[in-house]
Amino acid sequence: MTVAHFRAALLAPDMAPPPGLTDGAGRPAGRRFDVYRNNVAVGLAEALETGFPVLRKLLGPETFRQFAGLALRAHPPRSPLMMEYGQDLPDFLAGFAPLAHLPYLADVARLELALRRAYHAEDATPVAPETLAALPPERLMAARLRLAPAVQVIRSPWPIHAIWALNMAGGPKPVAGAQDVMIGRPDLDPAPWLLPPGGADAIAALRSGARVETALQGGGETDLAGLFTCLLAAGAIVHVSEEECP
Amino acid sequence: MSKTLKTAAVAGALAAALSAHVTTASAQAQEKCFGVSLAGENDCAAGPGTTCAGTSKVDYQGNAWTLVESGTCAEIELPAMADGTARMGSLEALERDLPMDS
Amino acid sequence: MFDQHRPALPPRPGVGYKPQHFAALMDDPAPVGWLEIHAENYMGGGGRPLAQLRALAERFPVSIHGVGLSIGGEGPLDAAHLARLKRLCDTVQPASFSEHLAWSTHGAEFLNDLLPLPYTSTTLARVADHIDRVQEVLGRQMLLENPSSYLAFADSTWSETDFLAELVRRTGCGLLLDVNNVFVSATNLGYSPQGYIDAFPLDAVGEMHLGGHDADTDDHGAPLLIDSHGREVADPVWALLDHTLAASGPKPLLIEWDTDVPDWPVLRTEALRAAEALARVPA
Repeated sequence: MTVAHFRAALLAPDMAPPPGLTDGAGRPAGRRFDVYRNNVAVGLAEALETGFPVLRKLLGPETFRQFAGLALRAHPPRSPLMMEYGQDLPDFLAGFAPLAHLPYLADVARLELALRRAYHAEDATPVAPETLAALPPERLMAARLRLAPAVQVIRSPWPIHAIWALNMAGGPKPVAGAQDVMIGRPDLDPAPWLLPPGGADAIAALRSGARVETALQGGGETDLAGLFTCLLAAGAIVHVSEEECP
Repeated sequence: MSKTLKTAAVAGALAAALSAHVTTASAQAQEKCFGVSLAGENDCAAGPGTTCAGTSKVDYQGNAWTLVESGTCAEIELPAMADGTARMGSLEALERDLPMDS
Repeated sequence: MFDQHRPALPPRPGVGYKPQHFAALMDDPAPVGWLEIHAENYMGGGGRPLAQLRALAERFPVSIHGVGLSIGGEGPLDAAHLARLKRLCDTVQPASFSEHLAWSTHGAEFLNDLLPLPYTSTTLARVADHIDRVQEVLGRQMLLENPSSYLAFADSTWSETDFLAELVRRTGCGLLLDVNNVFVSATNLGYSPQGYIDAFPLDAVGEMHLGGHDADTDDHGAPLLIDSHGREVADPVWALLDHTLAASGPKPLLIEWDTDVPDWPVLRTEALRAAEALARVPA
């Protein structure tokens, strides 16, 4: 019996249990080995269930469980931190032919992963609204904004915010259309915000260290108030830098 | 848009967002956690009861995938995008996640 | 060999911490005297898990219980994971650190289960090396937990109790005696749980675990108990605990409940039962 053999048989239901395993009285272990198979498969499937609640609702619990059974065998965890498990799921979904008729699933999975990353992201204290309010317009334009580690943006050609809201917050039926979503974590609870058009580009520019003036330049039609509303609600702005270099 | 106009627009947008933020702050405080808190926990328990779950075989070419309609995806009709292309999720996969640590 | 001046876990009931019990524990912890956390759930950058842990660590002695280090694995220990454990221990200053006699990582894959190993001179040397490494990096003694077994290895040449005693002798580690695991393994493999306890190096025990198990059967209809941590501790396990405590004296006693986690009053009742068992121990 080798560990490699044990490992191979664990996730392959068709393989016989490895030789050299007994019931303690000399008889072959038989279905006793299945306890380990069960533990691994159920444990990983349940991790995917709790990690992707919207996907589970979209597919229904039975279908999700079957999909999870395939996903966990294709992509077992690569880290002992289960909080990180499932990072391969969006790409696996995107290439999974039986669900190709639901092409938005991969982006929904990306949104759910981002929420989980935000939950565990490093803490950062948002800049107080009064501090921002007190900043003269010219200095605001010349400043650079540092965003919280929890802040992430998912861009999608699908209405993923509406799909998320339908399943998790009683939102209305989604209408076709691209949606960009910002994930943030005011205090300890992560949540997604629907970005106005141009918002994702502006956040990317702020991220790369651009001044407010430059970051907001591209969006002549950007709903700037909408963008600032998202950033404030998400506690996204954690530092205003007025120095020459970020 | 001139620079002065732009500055006024940005400052006005921030002011509007700040005043809205004050009035919605209490509502934000009651926001739910949406189940993220228990996702991805490590533990040292064994799967209870039946030993069959790890040995069930899945036929993903077969009837299993007709069960798809049991979920809320049946309520969502998104045949094609507004620009008329039926874009698939895989095409732009690598470009959509912005790095969180930059 | 190690700093023995840090505070140890008290010989009182503890519970495996679950976030849903945070408010109840902060409000009125009695009879709970300490908490155990699973290390891997507190290795993120921040957020609620670490915020809760900081608050709990101010109120309770904390035991950090690793479930992902794969000490029984064939390959070398994961240096990055060991560094994460070191950081967590430095932050929390736990009263105890423990891990399992099991493997869970193979190559680059983590299988998220405590998998068994044969007890041979080869595996003994490897596990001893791994324990040495852990104790060296963490700068403290660790406790090693006996597994729950569903099968045996034809290759094994050591009994589990001798294997553990030899690890204690070679590495200076302590042991975490899971009394439910003893009952589960003894039932599944057909030996006497009392005999196992009587052969166990009780002097090295720094902590005991109690958890619920489920009952199944093997191919021959023989009982096959599953270490599910999903219900109350079974009566014969409480009896085995009495037998153990009579020989070992009072020890820190942890109630583990990891699946179908109940509301606080149910878990509290289990902790009270552990307190009664400790009260029965002759002085």
